[in-house]
Amino acid sequence: MSKPDTSNKPARNAPVTAYFIHHARTLIASLGVLFRSPASSAMTTAVIAIALALPAGLYVLLSNASHVSVGWDNSAQISLFLKANVSEKQARTLASKLRLYDGIDSVKLIHKDQALAEFQRVSGFGDAIESLGSNPLPHVLAVQPVVDPERPDKIAHLMKQLRELKQVDIAQLDLQWVKRLYSMLEIARKGIWVISILLAMAVLLVVGNTIRLDIQNRRSEIEVTKLIGATNAFIRRPFLYTGFWYGLSGGILAWILISLSIGILAGSVENLASLYNSAFQLTGLAFSEAMSLIGFSCLLGLLGSWIAVGRHLDEIEPS
Amino acid sequence: MIRFDNVNKRYPGGHEALSNISFHLPRGKMAYLTGHSGAGKSTLLKLIALIERPSRGNILLDGVNLSNVRNSKVPYIRRNIGIIFQNHHLLYDRTVFDNVALPLVIAGYQHREVGKRVRAALDQVGLLNKEKCAPITLSGGEQQRVGIARAIVHKPSLLLADEPTGNLDPELSREIMELFARFNQVGVSVLIASHDLDLIKQMGSPVISLSQGMLIHDDLKEVADVEA
Repeated sequence: MSKPDTSNKPARNAPVTAYFIHHARTLIASLGVLFRSPASSAMTTAVIAIALALPAGLYVLLSNASHVSVGWDNSAQISLFLKANVSEKQARTLASKLRLYDGIDSVKLIHKDQALAEFQRVSGFGDAIESLGSNPLPHVLAVQPVVDPERPDKIAHLMKQLRELKQVDIAQLDLQWVKRLYSMLEIARKGIWVISILLAMAVLLVVGNTIRLDIQNRRSEIEVTKLIGATNAFIRRPFLYTGFWYGLSGGILAWILISLSIGILAGSVENLASLYNSAFQLTGLAFSEAMSLIGFSCLLGLLGSWIAVGRHLDEIEPS
Repeated sequence: MIRFDNVNKRYPGGHEALSNISFHLPRGKMAYLTGHSGAGKSTLLKLIALIERPSRGNILLDGVNLSNVRNSKVPYIRRNIGIIFQNHHLLYDRTVFDNVALPLVIAGYQHREVGKRVRAALDQVGLLNKEKCAPITLSGGEQQRVGIARAIVHKPSLLLADEPTGNLDPELSREIMELFARFNQVGVSVLIASHDLDLIKQMGSPVISLSQGMLIHDDLKEVADVEA
């Protein structure tokens, strides 16, 4: 076998190398195309960024809200309103008895005179209440249960026991508002998902539409390159990369927007927190979260251009 | 190189652009395709470049039956053909160099090789000093020569030209036709559609004539008969 003569063969790159070189070149070239029309590219990027920053920003606020509410369920308190005929001594006996209960952390007696005084002071009905002559309020036992977040039924069980005591008129669990807060946060979380999905679709449409216009503007170029022997993949590539760049720049800009907004809010939030004697601080997106945001944005850009290219490129055939 | 076998092309709507065309252009030969506008010249070239598919009959290009070429393989067939258009079809957002380089970029040539070949092609059409120009700044004849450089830069074995001199004055037209004759001399098969009968007579290559979609004159057949 004689060696094939390669001297006259065209000096093409090995297929794989050519493939990567071409990809790299197209990647850079498509970025160059974006820079050549800075105004329209910037507008598209800004639309994508705002559409992404909105749900991501809500997410940040929500996770901050969850931080604040953590630990609040420890403040759950059961108020036992004793029957009107229960004397102070009986109330004290009941309190000491309850302190021995398994699920109870502490018990505090609020004397009815003390409660009345506070009510007079807070409500502003001082004179009206004085005219009643006798104190209509019962003694109250403030019971601090042991809260086990894993076992919410324990508290329910304790409540049932307390309600059955013959001295107790009403047992009221103040955990209710914590539960309400949690369910509100849950709704907000789901709401953010819904908004995210809608806005992600908006990003897809924005990128898709931009790429569609791009394809139409370059219709004759596409026809000519097809005539010269370009494959569909070759023609598709720059548009896909354009979508990718839109996604990347939009994602980064969204991150910047969120960080700026957090920066603007942080001072006021800290002020507010210090008024509540809290060291709470507004936290922005964690680095990993920011990276997922940008990655997701790139993916949306690619997907949007993929859809546009798939729909419109095949229609263009030389004639 | 090109063989048509009873080829029919009927467009949707019933217009028959080509009927029962058979001819054979041997490898390395040059021929002119003539006829009035509407005679089917462009359709015939489009069938060879796989822009259109025949309604009936077979076309063999370099031994490959084009009826069997799937759409996904069409680009690879086209890479072996250089096509020249009447209205140049240049890309006006890039330089002459980049226009000519396009077929090489598509085929994945090395960067250095692209530069060498583009300059060689521009040299052959006499535009070496214009590589950095924008096509729009060139005259009609120069733009057509850029189109020709782009068609030959990847050294195809077949050149197709559709009215390449359509918009040029007689002297420029003659120059362009002589350029094609020169490519033919180095072994490239050439098929040129033109209605410029006077010029064609001067050039002296075989002529195929179409009229209303039918073959009415075929010098190639006589050539083949003489050779036989």
